[in-house]
Amino acid sequence: MAVVFQKPKSLTDAVLHYCPGCTHGIVHRLVAEAIDDLGIEGRTIGIAPVGCSVMAYDYFACDMIEASHGRAPAVATGVKRSLPDRIVFTYQGDGDLASIGLCETVSCACRGENVTVIFINNAIYGMTGGQMAPTSLIGQVTQTSPYGRDPATQGMPIRICELLAALDAPAYLERVAVNSVAHVRQAKKAIRKAFANQVEGKGFSLVEVVSTCPTNWGLTPEKACQWVDEKMIPFYPLGVYRDKDAEAAKEAAK
Amino acid sequence: MGEKALMKGNEAIAEAAIRCGCRHYFGYPITPQTEIAAYMAKRMPKIGGTFLQAESEIAAINMVYGCASTGRRAMTSSSSPGISLKAEGMSYLAGADLPALIVNVQRGGPGLGGIQPSQSDYFFMTRGPGHGDFHIIVLAPATVQEMADLTRLAFELGEKYRMPAMLLADGTMGQMMEPVVLPEDETDPAEVMKGKPWATTGTEMNRPHNIINSLYLKPDELEKTNLSRFERYAQLEKEEARWEDYLMDDAEICVVSTGITARVSKNAIAECRKRGIKVGMVRPITLYPFPKDALAKAAAKVKSFLTVELNMGQMREDVLLATGCTRPVAMCNRVGGMIPSTDEVVAAIEKEAK
Repeated sequence: MAVVFQKPKSLTDAVLHYCPGCTHGIVHRLVAEAIDDLGIEGRTIGIAPVGCSVMAYDYFACDMIEASHGRAPAVATGVKRSLPDRIVFTYQGDGDLASIGLCETVSCACRGENVTVIFINNAIYGMTGGQMAPTSLIGQVTQTSPYGRDPATQGMPIRICELLAALDAPAYLERVAVNSVAHVRQAKKAIRKAFANQVEGKGFSLVEVVSTCPTNWGLTPEKACQWVDEKMIPFYPLGVYRDKDAEAAKEAAK
Repeated sequence: MGEKALMKGNEAIAEAAIRCGCRHYFGYPITPQTEIAAYMAKRMPKIGGTFLQAESEIAAINMVYGCASTGRRAMTSSSSPGISLKAEGMSYLAGADLPALIVNVQRGGPGLGGIQPSQSDYFFMTRGPGHGDFHIIVLAPATVQEMADLTRLAFELGEKYRMPAMLLADGTMGQMMEPVVLPEDETDPAEVMKGKPWATTGTEMNRPHNIINSLYLKPDELEKTNLSRFERYAQLEKEEARWEDYLMDDAEICVVSTGITARVSKNAIAECRKRGIKVGMVRPITLYPFPKDALAKAAAKVKSFLTVELNMGQMREDVLLATGCTRPVAMCNRVGGMIPSTDEVVAAIEKEAK
């Protein structure tokens, strides 16, 4: 019988601890597929964050390092400067990357470190039980914004791709989602490109994945996917925010 | 023997680290240790190494964490306020059992404090250099030569015991110039990566994946990691304490001091000896592990101790503990960047001799 579907080789057999309907599982798979596809598992080193994906080190079959909260881009820098021929990626959530670790994120991007960053934006702190994230939407009810996020006192949500697009150094920035088959297919392409860029030495690549948190959003997995379309994507438009390859090709065609 | 050079203490550390096979330095500017960064910025690009000025002290120590995870000899350096920021990173290094070199050229505090010499991070470094139950190796140089020599020891002990190691110098040690004989043998930076089966260098698809981690959600597992770490600490305490005995054979008063104050104390001891006072010194070189046995041995024959420190008596507590409070322990100290003069120490010794 022909095998038509199987687990990527660069995922271990460990059972994922994520909640039902959480999109971490899909993104883990897409990362593993990219690693398999490029044949780089044996020379890849991943950095896990603090947050829901803190135990990603058990799920990816490549060498893994657990970083302190927000510091994954600095840890990745240390690894990459030690072993420039290795493929180094971080996998971080919104609290980790866009709040406590924002300085490390911006600085790593600004240096144009040749690393790959996978950024999960689900607009909430999942692991600690649903607190307001830097990316929580206006009016979003969370444990620490029980009356809805009020811009007057809690500020506006942060758009990471747009923020990093203000820097000259990043090679590739794209925002994708995984709430529909079409979106997953686009996300797969983007994540593969973010790894391929590093293999080719192109520099800093970040893929922001607009994700769901059914548990802390208080929605069913299906409703959570709808909420992404209705609420998240209008504020976090999907698309490419930087692609030096495409820009160079366009320039050459002139 | 290597060549003799006239160097600042900070530069001696940097050159010694390079000769120890360190090719990765991550740091952030802060007085009075910035010469280390400046030296590395000049040298590293010429020898295929990495000098990276990080965006913060926090980022620098986490770059060290990442680099050390690959088995390299990695280092950072800072001064007291910057070391506060590195506390998180030191805890993670300890929790993940990673060796790394951290240099702390101390200045006065608390807060922004001043930029003049101090030894006021003694408690911070020897008791709790971060959250959780752990130690780092702490070495206290008193000459520019020791700045170089203890750099090698810090790398070697850190690797032997799989823990972070610190050179804890006072600002004077960083800034003063002295002749120093640099180590001749240049350690191969690739060689130091060998014999580290735990390192995350890529599986090459021929071993299970390595994980560098300090997270243990099951309390019994976390307890085990703590207990096994403390077994290593016990071995370290038993085998690695270092100190200098100075004129202790007939001493009735024992000065205990490190760094610049140990040097002032030597002058004061010479003066007191001229005046017929039998005084010597135990100079701790390792602050963790503290040379408890040397102090206990001294307590058996001296009448009293005198610590000479640039803080409010932090090491004095270790002397009291090591001697079981069997002898009085007096103190001669200055703080805020002030250094006791030879006369002040002589007066303190004479007071003990009465």
